[in-house]
Amino acid sequence: MSVLKVENLSYTYNPDMPNAVKALDNINLEIEEGTFVGVIGHTGCGKSTLISHFNGLTKPQEGRILLDGKDIWTEWKDIRQVRFSVGMVFQYPEYQLFEETCYKDIAFGPKNMGLPEEEIDNRVKMAAQFCGITDEMLAGSPFDLSGGQKRRIAIAGIIAMMPRVLVLDEPCAGLDPEGRELILSQVKNYQQTTGCTVILVSHSMEDIANYADKVLVMEAGTVYNYATTEEVFADAENLSRMGLGIPDITKVFLKLKEMGVDIGTDVYTIPYAVKQLLKYKQAKEAAKNA
Amino acid sequence: MLKDITIGQHFPGNSPVHKLDPRLKIVLTVAFVVVLFMSTNFVGLFLSAVFTLSVFKLSGIPLKMLQKSIKPLIPLIFFTVFLNLFFIKGPGDPLINLGFVKIYKEAILFIIVMVCRIIFLICGTSLLTYTTSPIMLTDGLESLMKPLNKIHFPVHEMAMMMTIALRFIPTLIEETDKIMNAQKSRGAMLDSGSFADRIKALVPILIPLFISSLRRAEELATAMECRCYHGGEGRTRLKQLKITGDDIRSAVLCCVCFVIILSTRMFFTRVI
Ligand SMILES: Nc1ncnc2c1ncn2[C@@H]1O[C@H](COP(=O)(O)OP(=O)(O)O)[C@@H](O)[C@H]1O
Ligand SMILES: [Mg+2]
Repeated sequence: MSVLKVENLSYTYNPDMPNAVKALDNINLEIEEGTFVGVIGHTGCGKSTLISHFNGLTKPQEGRILLDGKDIWTEWKDIRQVRFSVGMVFQYPEYQLFEETCYKDIAFGPKNMGLPEEEIDNRVKMAAQFCGITDEMLAGSPFDLSGGQKRRIAIAGIIAMMPRVLVLDEPCAGLDPEGRELILSQVKNYQQTTGCTVILVSHSMEDIANYADKVLVMEAGTVYNYATTEEVFADAENLSRMGLGIPDITKVFLKLKEMGVDIGTDVYTIPYAVKQLLKYKQAKEAAKNA
Repeated sequence: MLKDITIGQHFPGNSPVHKLDPRLKIVLTVAFVVVLFMSTNFVGLFLSAVFTLSVFKLSGIPLKMLQKSIKPLIPLIFFTVFLNLFFIKGPGDPLINLGFVKIYKEAILFIIVMVCRIIFLICGTSLLTYTTSPIMLTDGLESLMKPLNKIHFPVHEMAMMMTIALRFIPTLIEETDKIMNAQKSRGAMLDSGSFADRIKALVPILIPLFISSLRRAEELATAMECRCYHGGEGRTRLKQLKITGDDIRSAVLCCVCFVIILSTRMFFTRVI
């Protein structure tokens, strides 16, 4: 069964006002347990609005959100339980830090869950380990850290709650390539270790291509495509026409095809590209020998 | 929730109300408030209502916005009603006498007038901010207060501070909303628990808010310095305020309306 299900979801900001914006338009979606879902789309296409419905921060105007097949607003006892199951890392999460020490800040979520002291300690240490936070950093103030470090503390604060679904809204915005790589690989590692579901919103096709199992492409408040990563990138031409930057390696393959090389364009990672090229070469040599 | 706060909100448009010179708009709004508090009979109040609604209609701002701007002030209105209902005494017999509370006819009339005044006051002043961009508003104020420069009142600095404050109201509201959402996602309970719990629950919101406000202030100061901002002296404007024929016509029309409303004082008995 799918862990999260979105049914006919529509949302308009400032309804009946001169500045009304239809942010979501009849979205239907099912997210399977344990998948890594990438969400891409232009700025303002409604990604953040969609995911803020997942843990009940925004109440649907139309439609429903089902967690484990139960409507989060009517069939769950407490919306807080939903929030503990669906962890949300916002854009620029470093601005939510407030405690004197990183340890205390990471412990804020588990404490709100009412866990025993010992369990909180375990979870903080576990989250810190996943996010590459040293003991030294844990004891220090979050405000003395660099931007990327602060962000890892904030992400650890959510991971410490051990949500079954981890939602990240552009966790790499404004970080250097090294910082991006670090955060994403840590998230991936966490997902693979715990088997949780991850929903990653990102601008960068490259990030999505490298980490996601399934990709949700949004366009102007609607679902343009929701399929496995291969299937989505097989449609690279259309993505590129929509103005979404496709991975460089995919661009190379599109160009090759344009030049008349008979090769698939569902390539989005380097190892797979190498494999495809080798296969092509072998086929060509075989054809020559025959 | 927080999004319902409409102070300082501006709805761009092209109506005559939008185009009116901000200085005239400010003066006319002040005049309207004075007129409102000098209308002491129902005909005057009725005409004020007609005037307010007509200007609203003319501005093209949906009436729903009015409802929105009045909503936060409902507690204040109730407070006024409550106080006056029991504490105003008339010369005649009370309408209702429950021994310890006596309600007089005068009190009820006074309340009706007061509530009408408060509502029209909100309508009139919110119309000013809805139809005037913060920049225009402060430009207008600065220009109106210019004479105070003579007595070394820092007019430009005041205006600049106001512009910045107005500019940051929506930003701060948005920021507060974001931080609240982030802490709610971590299970913070913001709307339940005892009083002490709720105060404690504010800490995770206020600290990040203060930190980001300070950061913003610093960034803005740096940005202004980088563009050689050095106060008002010798500063010229990209958009000069100019009063046109249309402005004068609108202002005269409004003044005529105000005089008509005021003149009802002579023909109708005062209620309060
Ligand atoms: N608080 C808000 N008030 C009004 N409109 C909003 C608000 N937040 C977002 N929007 C609008 O809703 C649309 C979707 O925004 P968002 O979900 O933030 O997009 P994304 O995260 O994909 O960039 C945009 O057009 C945006 O302008
Ligand atoms: Mg967004």
